[in-house]
Order: sequence, then C-alpha cells, then structure tokens
Amino acid sequence: MTPRFAIGSRVNVRRGNPPGHIRTPYYIRGKSGVVERICGEFRNPEELAYGRSGEPKQVLYRVRFAQKDVWPGYGGPANDTIDVELYEHWLEA
Amino acid sequence: MMDVTHTHEGPDPHAPRPDHDDTLTHHKMLEIAVRELLIEKGILTADEVREAVERMDARGPHLGAKIVARAWVDPAFKERLLKDGSAGAEEAGVQMDQPTRLIVVENTPSIHNLVVCTLCSCYPRMVLGIPPDWYKSRAYRSRAVREPRAVLSEFGTELPASVTVRVHDSTADMRYLVLPMRPKGSEGLDETALAGLVTRDSMIGVTTL
Repeated sequence: MTPRFAIGSRVNVRRGNPPGHIRTPYYIRGKSGVVERICGEFRNPEELAYGRSGEPKQVLYRVRFAQKDVWPGYGGPANDTIDVELYEHWLEA
Repeated sequence: MMDVTHTHEGPDPHAPRPDHDDTLTHHKMLEIAVRELLIEKGILTADEVREAVERMDARGPHLGAKIVARAWVDPAFKERLLKDGSAGAEEAGVQMDQPTRLIVVENTPSIHNLVVCTLCSCYPRMVLGIPPDWYKSRAYRSRAVREPRAVLSEFGTELPASVTVRVHDSTADMRYLVLPMRPKGSEGLDETALAGLVTRDSMIGVTTL
C-alpha cells in the first residue's frame, strides 16, 4: 500500500464520531498538523477489536500538532508540540 | 479483636490494609476458567504460563537504562537507535514485543520529550517493564497532553520557555522511550556505571538527570 500522505504534508484529522473502538483521541479530531513520519502498515484496530481480521492494513502516521492549535489558551510557548499516531482513514488533505 | 478505628497515638504505620485479592470478579473468574481449560486440553502447560509470567516480570527499567547508556557512549549506535528504535534495542540485546515498534526520542538542550497514552495506558513494557500506577491514572493521561509543563513541574522538572516540550501520545502501535541527556559530571564513567544513573522516570520524560 502506497502512503497517501508524504512526510511534511499538512493533514487534517476527520471530525467523525463513529461508535466502537477508536484509536483517534477525541481531542485531536478536526485539528490540523504535519506528518512527522510514516510508521508502516498495521491491522486496523477498529476491526481487530471485534474479532475481525483488521485487513486491509492501514498506513499509520505520526502527525505533529502545535499545542496552541490543539488547546485554546494553551499556557506554554508557541513551539510546544504534541505528536499523535493516526491511521490513514482518519486523515484528509 | 483489635479495634482498628480507635487509636490514641496518631496514624498507625502498621495499620491493616484491605486485601485486594478477596473478590472473585467476572474477569478473574474468566481468566482462571480459560487458563484451566487450555491446560486441561493440553494446549498450554502450567509451566509455560509460569514462564511467560516470569518473562514479563523480569523486564524493567534496567533494560531501557542499558540502551540509553550505550547510546551515550556510542554515537553510531545512537544514530541507528534514533532511526529505528526496535532494531537498536534488539542490537543492545533487548527483545521486542510484536507487532508494536519502539521509537526512541532524544532530549537535547532545546527539546524535551514526554510520553503518555491518553486512550489507555500503552507503555514501552519491552524496555521499562510494568508501568507505575500514576502513568495509568486519568489525571496523568489527561493533563500530560493539556498542560505538560504543569505536570513536569509537579515532578520537579522546571523547563525554561526556550526548551520545546514535545508530548508523544501512544495512541496506536508505537511505543516510546525517551533518551535523556547525559548528566554533567559523568564523563569518566563506563557504560555499566552510566546505566546505573538512568531512572525510569527520565525515560518516560517526566524528569531529567
């Protein structure tokens, strides 16, 4: 599977709120960040959680967000960041 | 029978504590039932179960400390470790868990790394063993992302605004080990002595050395 996003690309996290076992934290949905690295392909935990195969595998990214973009009124310096692991189907250009 | 609630001399340092093993919960019962069935049907032996528990118990911060100390004394190893944490750890003789991968993040004079798992309590058990209770607490998991500098300060770690704080939320298949900065005054120490300086908390990133 070819990764849809390259390192350094700006990506947006989907705002979805589907039921089930979701590995995308609520606080990062709807936020915009930059791909820090591509971690490889992993079985989809949203499927694995229900005893299914988790196939097809999903590309997993680490996306870096500026803390000031994530938390309104973040108290630290503007350079502070948070890196979150996100599966490709949660990302939009 | 002793009345434990009636004392005259302040808190009793040896007061009886409630037992935590007195309730056979649903999940405890399920574990026993499945384990006994697996053994009865010859799929596992009791010895294999014991060995697996012993293997898990034997892992601890000494493994992470060994990796950190080697990275401090061997720049080529450090480069490989930062590029591929799992391969680096295995090169140092530490066995990885499948399918998770290890990422090593380096503290520098301008960057400080902090590890958390907001969704549950994912922890780099392959290099640090069993997590401390506070790592699994709701307070740490929510505050480490929202106000990392306040959390760091409560651990006694005061960082100037010139240092960037990078929080890493282990939301999926990656596990994180912080490579702390080598402490001043450790120049003359060999790898084994250096490993003795590396603490668990410094490898989670809540403290420095």
